[in-house]
Amino acid sequence: MEVVPLLKQLSEAEGIAGFEGPVRELVRQNWEPFVDEMHEGKLGSLIALKRGTGPEPRPKLMFAAHMDEIGLMVTDIEKGFLRITRVGGADPRVLLGLEVTVHSRRDLPGVVATRPPHVLPKRERKKTVPFDELFVDVGLSEEKVKELVSVGDLISIRRELSELKNRRVSGKALDDRACVAVVTLALERLQKVQHAWDVFAVATAQEETGLKGAIAAAYGVAPDAAVALDVTFGEQSGVSKSDTLPLGKGPSIAIGPNFHPKLVKRLKEVAEDREIPYHMDPIPGRSGTDAWAIQVTREGVPTALISIPLRYMHQPVETLAVEDVERAGRLLAAFVVDSGADLLEDLAWEVDK
Amino acid sequence: MILKELSDAFGVSGNEDDVRAIVLDAVRDHVDEVKIDAMGNVLAAKRGTGQDPMRVMLAAHMDEIGLMVIGHDDNGFLKVRSVGGIDPRLLPGTLFVVGPERIPGVVGVKPVHLLESGERKKVSKIEDLVIDVGAQSKDEAEKLAPLGTYATFATRFQELEATVSGKAFDDRAGCAVLVELLRGEPFTFDLHAAFTVQEEVGLRGARVAAYAIDPDCAFALEGTIADEIPKEKDVSPTTRLGKGPAITVMDRSFIADRRLVQLLIHTAEEQDIPYQIKQPGLGGTDAGAIHLAREGVPSATVAVPSRYIHSPVALLSLDDFDNTVRLMRKSLSRLTRDTLK
Repeated sequence: MEVVPLLKQLSEAEGIAGFEGPVRELVRQNWEPFVDEMHEGKLGSLIALKRGTGPEPRPKLMFAAHMDEIGLMVTDIEKGFLRITRVGGADPRVLLGLEVTVHSRRDLPGVVATRPPHVLPKRERKKTVPFDELFVDVGLSEEKVKELVSVGDLISIRRELSELKNRRVSGKALDDRACVAVVTLALERLQKVQHAWDVFAVATAQEETGLKGAIAAAYGVAPDAAVALDVTFGEQSGVSKSDTLPLGKGPSIAIGPNFHPKLVKRLKEVAEDREIPYHMDPIPGRSGTDAWAIQVTREGVPTALISIPLRYMHQPVETLAVEDVERAGRLLAAFVVDSGADLLEDLAWEVDK
Repeated sequence: MILKELSDAFGVSGNEDDVRAIVLDAVRDHVDEVKIDAMGNVLAAKRGTGQDPMRVMLAAHMDEIGLMVIGHDDNGFLKVRSVGGIDPRLLPGTLFVVGPERIPGVVGVKPVHLLESGERKKVSKIEDLVIDVGAQSKDEAEKLAPLGTYATFATRFQELEATVSGKAFDDRAGCAVLVELLRGEPFTFDLHAAFTVQEEVGLRGARVAAYAIDPDCAFALEGTIADEIPKEKDVSPTTRLGKGPAITVMDRSFIADRRLVQLLIHTAEEQDIPYQIKQPGLGGTDAGAIHLAREGVPSATVAVPSRYIHSPVALLSLDDFDNTVRLMRKSLSRLTRDTLK
C-alpha cells in the first residue's frame, strides 16, 4: 500500500472528536479488505476483528489508534461573524488566518478573521488572540448566516497534506491519523501471514476530549493485551531535546507505569530481531494516550504504547517522517506474528510463575 | 479569472517576476506600448481617441508581503525575516511556498502541551520562528533555499458563496481591476498603466513610474482594509464588504485630490454605483509616492474592500470588484482637462 496517499486521505478527512463520521467511513473502507468483521462502538469507535488461527479460545490483542481530531465549535453569532470555542486541545495561537469549514445546514467554507496590522492597536500586537476574541467569517450576510448556522455547529480546519523534503509530510490531523495508517499497514501485512491471536483493530473516538472512545471500546473488546498507538513530540526548533525525539529514526516504545514491562520488553525484542530502529520513550506517569484508559479496563490490561515522533502537535502543520509510519507498521505486524500462545504466560509477573 | 491567476502567483516585494509575466500576457494585446523599467515596473500605454492631450496614470502594485530566508540552522531549518508588513501572530501553523520551485515549508511553534503558563499569551517573534522544509542539515537547507530566497503564503484562490478567498488581494485586486480597464475601449486621453513593484516596502516602484509617466493626474487602484469583525470598542470598520468601491479622502500617505474625489462620487451617484468613503487616516498606497512626483500630481485612490489583507487568506466580494471596474470606467470616461480646473 502506498503510504503517502493513505496519510493524505486520512489527514484531510473530517472527524472532530465526538463527530467522527466521515473519517470513520474512510477507515472502514481502508480496513474492509483486511478484516473479518467490523462494528461501530457505542461512542463511535470503529472496532474491527481479524481472526487468528490459534486454537480457541484465542487470546485477544487490541490495537488502538484514535481517529478523532481537534476542532472548533460555534458558540454565538455576532453581526454575521461566528464566535468560537475549541473541541479538544486546539491551540488559539495557530488559528488566525486559517481556512476552515463550518458544518452548518450545509458546509460553508470560511476563514478565521484577523485584524490587519494597519489598524491593530499597539497593545494587541504582542499578545496572542484568546478564544473569546476569535471569529470565523463565512463571508455571508448576517441574515444568511442566521438562517444557516446555529450555535453548536462544528468547524473543521481545512488543510491539505504537503509533502516536504526527505519524505516528510505535514498536515492537520496526523495526530493521530498517522497511527490509523500504521494499523492499516499492519493489517495489510497480516493478510499475508499466519497469526495465532485474534487481533482487534480499533480506531478510537473522542481521544482528544478525554480518551472516551478507548474507555468504552476496551471494555467491549476485553483484550488480553493491548498496544495503543499515538504521536509523540518530535524534535523541533525552540523545544528542549529532552522533551522530544528525532524524526526519521524510528518509532518509540514507551516505558513507565502506564506500560506493562513484559510487553515493552517483547516489543523491543521484536524491533531488534527485525532490525527496526526505535527509541525508548520514558513517560513517568500519565501518558495522555488511549493506553492510559485501556490499562485500567475491567480487571486491568497489559498495555504498551508505540509512538511516532511528530513536530508541531495540535497545529495545522503537524509534521512527521513517512519512514517512521512504515516502520511502526512493520513493528506492529511483526509483534503479532511473533505472539504465540506463550505470550500470555510471558506477560505473567515473575512471582506467579 | 484574472484575479485568481494573479492571487495565486508568487510575487513578494523585489521578486515580482511571476506576477509580471501574468500581467504582460493579460494586457499585451490591449495596449499600444508596453515596457519594463529599471526597477521592474510594467508600464503600458493605451492611446486615447485623441480628443484630449491629457496623460492619466493608473497604478496597481504587483508585490505582496512575505518572508525572506536570512540564514540556516544546523538542523536544516530556515531563519527568516519579514518582507513588508507581516504580522508575526499569523505565522505559526501556516503553510508557505519557498523559492521559485515553490517548495512547501511550514512554520510551527512549541506544542501547546509543553508551554509554560507565561508562554501562552506570548507572540513568537519572527526572530524565533523558522520554516521547516524537511531539510535535515544546514547544507541541504542552503541548497534548497539559499540566502535571499523569498517565501509566501501557500493559499490558493477559492470561490466561496458570496465572496472569493485567496492571498495577496492587496494588491492583486487592484492589478485585476487595472487589467480589466485596459481590456476595455480606449478613453479620450492616453491611459498610462503602471503595474508597480515594491509598494509594500515603501512605495518604491510607483515613485519612479510616476516620474517616467509624468501624468496630469493619477489613480491608485487597491485592495483595502475591511476591518469588520466585532470588537469591544467598535471603531469604524474602515470599509465594508459588499458596499461598493472605497474612495479614499485621506490616508497616512496622502490627501486625495478633491476634484478627483468629487468626480468619483458624482459618477457613482449618477450611475447608481454603490460606493463608500474609506475611514480617513488609515493605510497608505502608491498614490502617496505618485502625488509627489516631479512638480506634484493630483491623485486619488479607489479600492476593492477586502477582509484580512496581509493574512494568509483574504475575502472580497466580486460585486465590489465589478463595481470598482465600473466606477473607474465611468469616471474615466467623464474625466477631462476641465475636471482639474
